[in-house]
Amino acid sequence: MRRATRASWTACVVCAALAATGCGSDSGDGGGSSGDGGDDIVTAQWGDPQNPLEPANVNEVQGGKVLKLITRGLVVYDPETAEPQNMLAESIESDDQQNWTVKVKKGHRFSNGEPVTSKSFVDAWNYAANIKNQQVNSSFFRYIDGYDEVHPTDAGAQPSAQKLSGLKVVDDRTFTVKLSQKLSIWPDTLGYPAFAPLPQAFFDNHDAYLDKPIGNGPYKIDSYSKGSSMKLVRNEKYKGDDKPQNDGIELKVYTDQNTAYTDLQAGNLDVSDELPAGQLANAESDLGDRFINQEAGIIQTLAFPLYDKGWGGDDKADLRRGVSMAIDREAITEQIYNDTRIPAKDWTSPVIGEKGGFDDTICGDLCEYDPKQARKLIEDAGGFPGGRLTISSNVDTGSHKEWMDAVCNSINKTLDKENACVVNPVGTFADFRSQVVDREFTGPFRSGWQMDYPLIENFLAPTYYTGASSNDGEYSNKKFDDLVDQANAAEDTAAAVEKYKDAERLLAEDVPAIPLWYQNGIAGHSDRVSDVMLDPFSVPNYPAIRVD
Amino acid sequence: MGRYVIRRLLQMIPVFIGTTFLIFFMVYALGDPVAAMFGDRAPDPATAAQIRRDLNLDKPLWQQYVLYMGNIFTGDFGRAFNGQPVLDLMRNAWPITVRLALLAVLFEMVIGVALGVVSGLRRGRAVDTGVLFVTLVVISVPTFVTGYVLQYLLGVKWGWVKPAVSSEAPWNELVLPAVVLALVSLAYTTRLTRTSVAENARADYVRTAVAKGLPRRRITVRHLLRNSLIPVVTFLGIDIGNLMGGAIVTERIFNIQGVGYQLWQGVLRQNAPTVVGFVTVLVIVYLLANLLVDVLYAVLDPRIRYA
Repeated sequence: MRRATRASWTACVVCAALAATGCGSDSGDGGGSSGDGGDDIVTAQWGDPQNPLEPANVNEVQGGKVLKLITRGLVVYDPETAEPQNMLAESIESDDQQNWTVKVKKGHRFSNGEPVTSKSFVDAWNYAANIKNQQVNSSFFRYIDGYDEVHPTDAGAQPSAQKLSGLKVVDDRTFTVKLSQKLSIWPDTLGYPAFAPLPQAFFDNHDAYLDKPIGNGPYKIDSYSKGSSMKLVRNEKYKGDDKPQNDGIELKVYTDQNTAYTDLQAGNLDVSDELPAGQLANAESDLGDRFINQEAGIIQTLAFPLYDKGWGGDDKADLRRGVSMAIDREAITEQIYNDTRIPAKDWTSPVIGEKGGFDDTICGDLCEYDPKQARKLIEDAGGFPGGRLTISSNVDTGSHKEWMDAVCNSINKTLDKENACVVNPVGTFADFRSQVVDREFTGPFRSGWQMDYPLIENFLAPTYYTGASSNDGEYSNKKFDDLVDQANAAEDTAAAVEKYKDAERLLAEDVPAIPLWYQNGIAGHSDRVSDVMLDPFSVPNYPAIRVD
Repeated sequence: MGRYVIRRLLQMIPVFIGTTFLIFFMVYALGDPVAAMFGDRAPDPATAAQIRRDLNLDKPLWQQYVLYMGNIFTGDFGRAFNGQPVLDLMRNAWPITVRLALLAVLFEMVIGVALGVVSGLRRGRAVDTGVLFVTLVVISVPTFVTGYVLQYLLGVKWGWVKPAVSSEAPWNELVLPAVVLALVSLAYTTRLTRTSVAENARADYVRTAVAKGLPRRRITVRHLLRNSLIPVVTFLGIDIGNLMGGAIVTERIFNIQGVGYQLWQGVLRQNAPTVVGFVTVLVIVYLLANLLVDVLYAVLDPRIRYA
């Protein structure tokens, strides 16, 4: 699958180049107007970020786009292969997988001239972990020793320390990190933007920073008009290998995906990474090889409320299995999503690669459509609790209503009943999440996972470990927890991945959630630009974009 | 007249307090916004509690309302959840929406009233029938259809205008959105004016004016139109408020980051400070527009006096 994607990629670039030369004069008029002021500025679709633009406070893709442009951490993930590589880190070493020594590379600077030192990291991480600063991503620092002191779990508790005791600055370029447990994959998690360094200016004048964030990435913010656009220009002080191939990026807020698509067609927008679902069928013919449909680290699953008597318990595993086998994933992904989603075969994502733990045999029969067997399993288990299956999801984005209807159709057809499965659409994401957190659902609900870093750990530990932050169905299996613990303490990544896969196999037995499909990254670009691709997080790889 | 205006202004205070409380209550009823801030991750209770405390979400509703109103009177509209002061958002959004609404009202007044007078004076003839038919069509087509169709034709197919408005939203780029926004109301204005003019054209004072030998133009503008405008002014006054708050469909189609967009975003994120702040200003706009209409009655028709 991977190879095929890459091959079509090269083809894409070639075609785009041909198209550009073929109708160069024509496209020049349309595109030229959007690059007002700059020379080779790329305009890209954006949405208003949900949280303040602090590295540890951004957990959604719109704010993430900005962080990706203006910050770089110790580690980056290769935009093509998702493999973690050292970026600002010269080395991250440990003898016991618990006490780590980090050496920072020399000569990197923030866009305001400050050098990036070990202190830039330690200060940033202390800020992120401290509960007083209310950073939504502070849980990413939970493995560092002293986290419980700066971030007590009880509501209303005050921190008993202001700094993480596990972080120590040795000299300008070295710091040590003591973790509270062994964690062999820890260095590989450091590419997540929350681990980015912060300049002293962040602490000296916080309001000014929020007004116009300062970072050490390939771009710096030129101007930011809140709620409508952000102009970024090349950061001349950037020393990384992925220097921008364009002069800058203009992020434009679009209130409606359809408008962005219209603007893309009219040549006023260069890169759109959110095509409206209704246009997917036309997009391929409208855009031709300027349409991008690429694997991304997103999986959609249907989680069962194991806290509910009707669905929890070992004796209900066959019932849950029956639901999974009653869903015709192939038909749904093809008809509703035009093959921009791929039927899932495990609980991770193909982007992490087989070396990273992706294995399309783990789900096995459970993910195959088998109406006869499904009906038998459900009927033997005494049917659905209360005689009815209710699927819940928010419906404000992602065509969730459509697939829920289709899944219910598939289940009803399997059971040959009219209303065995019904849909419970929830108006907004905010409302949906509140109901999930308060454990209000008594039937399966949508559970989407967009990876934070491309490791199998990120797909399993936060969602299925006992008491983990996204374990919304309250799945708990001692064996699963033990395997994850063993994996974390493993000597190297390869050994860890094997243990994780063993843990994942337990999911196929217990069925706490059923994999539905892997969600691809979808994008389109104008004929004014080339070399547009999405990284494994389905964010455009902006620095590589060329303006023709 | 002065006393009347003061009395009306004083009456606005309870209306203002009542509406803002209703809005506050409704946004609150949408549920707890904190869970959504953490995305697909469960919020850790300590951070969530801290955020709730900072936003006063842990206090009873009436106390939140009192605290919020207290802040408003000192000019502090609070912050959206992404840290942007609501006042900043308003400073960006209101001028754009006001420009859009002004253009739209201008179209309604000039084109709507002119068409109405023409067809009202030629009642039953071809022009009149044509206007009636066209306005009927316009009224029955939803705004988003006209919006998308005009955007596609003028913006993409023929390339006369940019399909989306840039973030500065200058006047010239707002012309097409304003036409789309105004179309339905324009049709209503035309029909209202037409009926009113047609009725008054047979009134005694018009016959007197004609008998006096006044020029036709003066009869139409000074006597006929002035007396026929009262229902139209009522409609336009209420419409100003509608155009500002209800421009959300048009604003989304043409990617205008105005009041409608901010409100929509605020509701989606259950962001009480944004929604209540914007609606509060909208309420003021409605109240003032209504007052303006009432005062205009007296100007148009000397028989109406306010003591």
